[in-house]
Amino acid sequence: MKRFSSFIKKEFLHIFRDIRTMMMLLAMPVILLILFGFAIRTEIMNTPFAVLDESKSASSRQIIERMSGSRYFDLQKNPDNFNEIEKSFRKGEIKLAVIIPEDFSDDLYRTGTGNIQLSADASDPNEASIVTSYVQQILMRHQQSLMKEDKIPYTIRTEVKMLYNPQLVSAYNFVPGIMGLVLMLICAMVTSISIVREKEQGTMEILLVSPVKPVFIVLSKAIPYLLIAFLDVVLILLISNNILHVPIAGNIFLILFLSTLFILSALSLGMLISSVTKTQQAAMLMSGAGLMLPTILLSGLIFPVENMPVLLQLISNIIPAKWFITAIKDVMIKGLGFFSIWQELSILLGMTFFLLVVSIKQFKNRL
Amino acid sequence: MATSISINNISKKYDDTPALNSISFDINQGELFGLIGPDGAGKTSLFRILTTLLLADGGQASVAGLDVVKQYREIRNIVGYMPGKFSLYQDLSVQENLDFFANVFHTSMEENYDLIRDIYVQIEPFKNRRAGKLSGGMKQKLALCCALIHRPQVLFLDEPTTGVDPVSRKEFWEMLKRLKKENITILVSTPYMDEATLCDRIALIQSGKILSIATPDEITGKYPQKLFAVRSENNYQLLKQLRNDPQVSSAYIFGEYLHVTFKNDVPVIEAEEISPTVEDCFIQLMEMS
Repeated sequence: MKRFSSFIKKEFLHIFRDIRTMMMLLAMPVILLILFGFAIRTEIMNTPFAVLDESKSASSRQIIERMSGSRYFDLQKNPDNFNEIEKSFRKGEIKLAVIIPEDFSDDLYRTGTGNIQLSADASDPNEASIVTSYVQQILMRHQQSLMKEDKIPYTIRTEVKMLYNPQLVSAYNFVPGIMGLVLMLICAMVTSISIVREKEQGTMEILLVSPVKPVFIVLSKAIPYLLIAFLDVVLILLISNNILHVPIAGNIFLILFLSTLFILSALSLGMLISSVTKTQQAAMLMSGAGLMLPTILLSGLIFPVENMPVLLQLISNIIPAKWFITAIKDVMIKGLGFFSIWQELSILLGMTFFLLVVSIKQFKNRL
Repeated sequence: MATSISINNISKKYDDTPALNSISFDINQGELFGLIGPDGAGKTSLFRILTTLLLADGGQASVAGLDVVKQYREIRNIVGYMPGKFSLYQDLSVQENLDFFANVFHTSMEENYDLIRDIYVQIEPFKNRRAGKLSGGMKQKLALCCALIHRPQVLFLDEPTTGVDPVSRKEFWEMLKRLKKENITILVSTPYMDEATLCDRIALIQSGKILSIATPDEITGKYPQKLFAVRSENNYQLLKQLRNDPQVSSAYIFGEYLHVTFKNDVPVIEAEEISPTVEDCFIQLMEMS
């Protein structure tokens, strides 16, 4: 135990005495979080949506056909009531619901004005507002075609309701993304570099010619980074909540548990990288190009995964950050509980276990 | 005398480049044994095989009666190793390094203080300085302290004096002599031939092959010819002339003199006959092989 604590103490001394590592571990998450206020808008295709058609009229069917025919939308469901819509939203099956009231057709043809209600999942605010504006364009075109036929101006008014994130604060979306990015960076990149540094400096050579087991050396290196990464999670949550005013809807312990699980998976990745690389540069390149880039690009942090080619979508499934970000969005922003994210949790758990076993197997007892 | 380290037909190749070519020799308990050879002779490879860091391609070796492959865990408990490159934590202070390595070996500085005291008192004034900020000689003393902290039975020192000033080198060898009294077997490698005479026995190694193993005196005693030191105003000119002379068997620059041997006993009028150093022997053995 004394040996273990002296390893940990040594590791913290390394961290505290290197100003660059310190900045990377503690300042960078904060800076990233604040910089990422500017999220990138992109075209979104094949948004899954549901229609609750209470009007069941010719004109409501025309509108539904126009939407389903568009490449921007993909009709998933025709629910019978509001509850079903609510459920589909929570399950993440749909991003948008179109509710056409019973008297829509009558109103439209008698008074010239019909009302349609749109509900969008605004946990990703950019996506939600882009998607609703697409619907409004489709409805606009429908109005124009009606006018050509009857020479009477019709108006279809939409009432837009943003679910989960009524103010469309885009911080809601990027906070989970930043968490995924920062944790990946700290745990995988910094940990792998710090292990490889021992190889490069030759200290690993001395440690190997000692009673200490190599697995123990590496595990004891991971613990300080686990603690710091956990500290960063708390820091990010505090800043998001108090400075960016992102509400934390879900259970805070579930969020912390989820983060810890993700930290463990990233740490195992870092250990795996450190066992196959020999220099700090190689470790940095491997974790940078091999982990950071896919995490940024494929995890849905900047570009919605739904919008990517199928092949990339498939690849994105092997990125732990994807599952983490999906789950943390559900808990933090939608306020969902354990049972809604059990799938993501078990995938992460499986990945962590797999990576840990592989990286421990990879350890060499010799040079 | 008991055998401490036994090396039997050890071979090692890196890709296709042979580093060690079927090497065999034994080192006795409590011996200060020198492995003398130029860079790239295979010294470090042999050290790494004996400290269980590398697997040999062929042959067996044992340290303190333990097989380097099968019983590598036990070996790691009882040996001290100082790699050729300074391998301590440069960002930790002298004291922090010592405490850390003491903990690594489940011991404390106090426990074996008598062993490291002589060395430690020399670095104690700098105990709060970062290891990276020490001079070369101090670094080596600290590294030796760390390697000794658990009172190893066998000590492996890979080129401990490379890059160290002459005064510190001398001090370092004096420390090794003191350690010998503790009955610790010491295997030390060095490219400096002058250090060879300080060892009990030496092995001359070149291109992965052992040229000769004996005490330094025996090795110099086996020098087959009379050796002369000559000097002139222009040594380079003289060297060229000597090498062209059919009577001269070898001639090379050695400090401010030229060391010369002759094929037949040429009556030399005015040149000093000298006793060969280990380096002379090394050059002679190298040219023979």
